[in-house]
Amino acid sequence: MKLRRSMLFVPGDNAAMLSTSFVYKPDSIMFDLEDAVAAREKDSARLMVYQALQHPAYRDIETVVRINGVDSEFWQKDLEAAIRGGVDIVRLPKTETAHDIQELETHVERIEKACGRPIGETKLMAAIESASGVVNAVSIATASPRMVAIAMAGFDYLVDMHTRRSTGWEPELFYARAAVLHAARAAKIDAFDVVYGNVNDDEGFLREVNIAKQLGFNGKSLIHPKQIDLLHKAYAPTEEEVSHAKRVLEAAEEAHRKGLGVVSLDGKMVDPPVIHEAEMALQLAEAA
Amino acid sequence: MTNSLEQLSKQDPKLGQFEPFAGQNAHTPYLAAPDSRLHRKVCESLEEAIKRSGLKDGMTISFHHGYREGDKVVMKVVDALAKLGFKNLTLASSSLASCHDPLVEHIKSGVITQIYTSGLRGKLAEAISNGLMQKPVQIHSHGGRVHLLQTGELKIDVAFLGVACCDEFGNANASNGKSNCGSLGYAKVDADFARQVVLMTEDIVAFPNHPASISQDRVDWIVKVDEVGDSKKISVGAARVTNNPRELMIARRAADVIEFSGYFVDGFSIQTGSGASSTAATRFLEDRMKRKGITASFALGGITGGITDLHKKGLIKAIVDVQSFDHDAAESLRTSPAHIEISANEYANPTSKAAYVDRVDVVILSALEIDLDFNVNVITGSDGVMRGASGGHCDVAAAANLTMVVAPLCRSRIPTVVRRVTTLLTPGESVDVLVTDQGIAVNPKRPEIEKRLREARLPVITIEELYDKAVALTGEPDPIKFAERIVGVVRYRDGSVIDVVRQVAD
Amino acid sequence: MKVVKEAISGTLESSDLLVKVEPSGKGTRDIVIRSEVMKQFGKQIRRVVIDTLDKLSVSDGLIVIEDKGALDCVIRARVQAAVLRGCGSQELDWGRLS
Repeated sequence: MKLRRSMLFVPGDNAAMLSTSFVYKPDSIMFDLEDAVAAREKDSARLMVYQALQHPAYRDIETVVRINGVDSEFWQKDLEAAIRGGVDIVRLPKTETAHDIQELETHVERIEKACGRPIGETKLMAAIESASGVVNAVSIATASPRMVAIAMAGFDYLVDMHTRRSTGWEPELFYARAAVLHAARAAKIDAFDVVYGNVNDDEGFLREVNIAKQLGFNGKSLIHPKQIDLLHKAYAPTEEEVSHAKRVLEAAEEAHRKGLGVVSLDGKMVDPPVIHEAEMALQLAEAA
Repeated sequence: MTNSLEQLSKQDPKLGQFEPFAGQNAHTPYLAAPDSRLHRKVCESLEEAIKRSGLKDGMTISFHHGYREGDKVVMKVVDALAKLGFKNLTLASSSLASCHDPLVEHIKSGVITQIYTSGLRGKLAEAISNGLMQKPVQIHSHGGRVHLLQTGELKIDVAFLGVACCDEFGNANASNGKSNCGSLGYAKVDADFARQVVLMTEDIVAFPNHPASISQDRVDWIVKVDEVGDSKKISVGAARVTNNPRELMIARRAADVIEFSGYFVDGFSIQTGSGASSTAATRFLEDRMKRKGITASFALGGITGGITDLHKKGLIKAIVDVQSFDHDAAESLRTSPAHIEISANEYANPTSKAAYVDRVDVVILSALEIDLDFNVNVITGSDGVMRGASGGHCDVAAAANLTMVVAPLCRSRIPTVVRRVTTLLTPGESVDVLVTDQGIAVNPKRPEIEKRLREARLPVITIEELYDKAVALTGEPDPIKFAERIVGVVRYRDGSVIDVVRQVAD
Repeated sequence: MKVVKEAISGTLESSDLLVKVEPSGKGTRDIVIRSEVMKQFGKQIRRVVIDTLDKLSVSDGLIVIEDKGALDCVIRARVQAAVLRGCGSQELDWGRLS
């Protein structure tokens, strides 16, 4: 199971960051051609990302490219660069409807054919940044078999909603988070929580991480490498959770060895979802 | 009396050499009158002090580098000496920084013809690398400098020592004035060895001044000057505190290595060098120390605010300070009884009767280059130009139980791990672990440490693999071309020559 | 491709490079390189620049490079961007870019 806890944003036009971001080993790296890049530098950034994608240093990390939105003049050229460069996932910002994803998919397939990449190899993810996106989350999440994740983008969404960020449990994001999460789970894809912009506030970052974790988000979009370790540690199960998970898996193995159909631990039945959860817990512990 | 002496002489010829008593101040006429007894040392001007010191052409002058990039003493003195027409002087400063670039002119005009220093930076270093001086510069470590003084190779005729305040007898410190640099660890040595000691002070205070980092009994002359150093600048250059994510990541990894090295036990001792990742590592040790209930018996250095912070929290019992890298350190020296000032001799001289470096468990150092044999270069850049300092590097590396070098694997397109260092300063046998942002390598002669780190699931790989990673990113660098001429001699701490620096070819 | 106007790409930030292209006016291709790592990597940088220009069939132009320690992939991208801007071309033949 591909872990997707940390997705590190890297501005596509920044040579130093493109040359070094792989050292931080996030679960995914997202090269940004959208908001991080000025309009007159889009062409240069596109080429930078195209080259970076092919660099051996990025071979072992899942790569994502955030192309410009389907309402821009840039997105199709961005797709050429991303797909030909070998990106794993294309992230579409400001996704409003399932149609956006379908239109995207058409072009992705066209380019895969043109450059000889196996059809269907390039995956997609949608960023939800508006009220429309939130209410259409389910259809967006199921719009294509290429969809692997859906991300909540906080800043633009809150502007659309006529409100702003607060601290505490952040009620202004509650519905959107829940909607995006449910869409993700119904479609059996991953869900990413919002970017936390204040890189100097570790406490605030961790508070938000715990909200996301408790809700069930797979991970979070990150804008600074130091957030990666903080996030991974927060997502790591406790020692108790780890030893419990080990016992669950041992019980499952024993039941399998004895040819029993039902797994039990401490006199209680252990369902397949619990076993799956135990496997996830160990994977998270391993990776922390 | 004459009769008694004659008789003494007959009894034993040796005793006959004594002089008869000739008055309470016969041998010390300057103690006769109150004015000269009390005020004789204070000079009206630097020029007067120079005159009184008896400095002549061809002699050796010395300085300390406590004020680092903010130093104002070297240039003030050398400018004055140039105006007075001095020539062929040997300049022995415990180190030199880029604020000493103007020395280039004085070298060109023949005022300075030989340099002994622990480090060179900026335009001065570049000029010397390009063949500015006839005599090669002697580069020594902090401990090694004291050794050279002890063997007599380096003989200081006049030491010009910048202090924050002193009384008119010369009891001086750099903690209670306007421009405080904290520890005068290097100045103390010069005060001991120089024939004549001139204190350059910003403030002449009431007698007796205390604490006396330099005592009155070592001081000949005192000159009041406007500025000895810009204390804001002591924290610039090598010893800054970082927010750079890569440096922080390396620092965290360094803390991991310490935690699982086997040396992380209650009462352990530590030293962190002046590089960004080294000083940042103290931040990451704090949690681990609290969690495991470990306090350090002492920290040695090169002291930064990160160290004094842990000291205030009770996690480091004593601080042993030969140089204060920032304000917090200088302030802590002033106020904390367990913050001790030591001289460079007590710090790192291998032939001292006892050196603190020999009690260090863990040291974190930086490097410009490190090669496949773990040899370290901190002097020349990969372009062959000098730009660093020997400092205490080889001193503490040789002595510490666990010597760690931290560095990014590549700095822009410059690989840190190389096949063979451009200049050898610290031999590989002194270095145990290399910590980079792309992996950790352990010297094969420390298999027990490698085993512990691997068991802790730290990213341990071989140094050859690190080299391969570096080359995969940057490409293999072309070797630098040098001319035959030697422009620098690298002296190991025991005085031996461990390498030379040649002039860069055009 | 033909360089028809002056164009710039890149920056002078560490690990980046500034690339200026303009028509040579005399039918030749001149490459001027200044680099922070000239001694160690000067030859290699020139190889990468020449290779990139050859693949884009740029045989005529003045190309001036101010390098701050960029890796090969960044050099390629910045040279490609400058050339495309200098050709006033919007269409990329992707086959020429790797």
